Amino acid sequence: MNEQPLWEVFIRNKQGLDHKHVGSLHAADARTALESARDVYTRRMEGISIWVVESRYIHASSPEDSGSFFDPANDKVYRHPTFYKLPDEVQYM
Amino acid sequence: MDTEALQKEFDEKIEKDIKIEPKDWMPAEYRKTLIRQISQHAHSEIVGMLPEANWITRAPTLNRKLILIAKVQDEAGHGLYLYCAAETLNITREEMQEQLLSGKAKYSSIFNYPTLTWADMGAIGWLVDGAAIINQIPLCRTSFAPYSRGMIRICKEESFHQRQGYQILLTLAQGSKEQKAMAQDAINRWWWPSVMMFGPRDADSPHTKQSMAWKIKRFSNDELRQKFIDMCAQQVEVLGLKIPDPDLKWNEERKHYDFGEIDWDEFWSVVKGYGPCNEERMSARIAAHENGKWVRDAAMAYAAKQDAKSKSSTDKTSTKISKNE
Repeated sequence: MNEQPLWEVFIRNKQGLDHKHVGSLHAADARTALESARDVYTRRMEGISIWVVESRYIHASSPEDSGSFFDPANDKVYRHPTFYKLPDEVQYM
Repeated sequence: MDTEALQKEFDEKIEKDIKIEPKDWMPAEYRKTLIRQISQHAHSEIVGMLPEANWITRAPTLNRKLILIAKVQDEAGHGLYLYCAAETLNITREEMQEQLLSGKAKYSSIFNYPTLTWADMGAIGWLVDGAAIINQIPLCRTSFAPYSRGMIRICKEESFHQRQGYQILLTLAQGSKEQKAMAQDAINRWWWPSVMMFGPRDADSPHTKQSMAWKIKRFSNDELRQKFIDMCAQQVEVLGLKIPDPDLKWNEERKHYDFGEIDWDEFWSVVKGYGPCNEERMSARIAAHENGKWVRDAAMAYAAKQDAKSKSSTDKTSTKISKNE
């Protein structure tokens, strides 16, 4: 069968916010993917802008490696403001 | 990691209510159960368009017609959300389509009953969508993340379906004697099939226990059914109509309504394909699939042609993101 490729759909639901992944759909090309995304994911004005990306172009980190992959961030508590103890007298910092 | 360690990690996630994402390790049976449940659910949304589509051209007012079209369009959308969720489990859309059209996969038996009068649009919205909502709200917390995300979206949209159905019945119930009788007749025909939507009794439901252990299901069939009956028993009074069950009465001790015995022979017979409309529904789906083939083929041929032609020029309707941001 002539299979239509899978597309991932990202929607910005309000001016000023990020595009957010909402799901996927099958479509023959980018134009029909955009039109289908509008019909499937924004029937109640959930969006003001849509991105579609063919799923095969998305590269993802793998859950099995997530331990070592995200390890560099693990032991750097000094990146967080709460790491620093300040005297009570200091206000608004 | 060996399977035992992976299984342990999976069990811990379920225990702690951490959702399972598609690329996470999961037991083969968990995957299989989800594929079956989500694809059945998707098929139900798609086949569920048919009984209502039957009344689009004969809706009594333009307003009712617009509402019904919007509702049927929602069902199509719900089917698509669910197919996509199932696809993350490594089954293709084509395989699911094939399972539906060959009769291998099931869909909700409720859609194998005919829609004989306009009042059926009311009864379907109130009872069938009402039952679906009771089923679906706990599924928003189901352990498989894409299913849960799809269900949250669906539940947001579904409550309009139930309300518009109830309002159709309310309008009929306040109308002429004939209109009121039509509303009652629709409830009479849709009540028991709706009660059956929750599936077999817990004792006869082979998958329930494991599904609840995996937190795919959060409540058993009988618990959900009771909730539905309690809800309807109150709402039918506002309509001034009756639920066709002489045994329906409030049980002060249980704090629930007691109800009569379900006709399980009818239930199993419709499941097995002998309902009033099983054949009609399947042949409508097969015809839709076959008659739409040239459109799908044309779309793919056009896409291939455009692709070959436009390595140089950009698509007019879609702006490239890099230019946009």
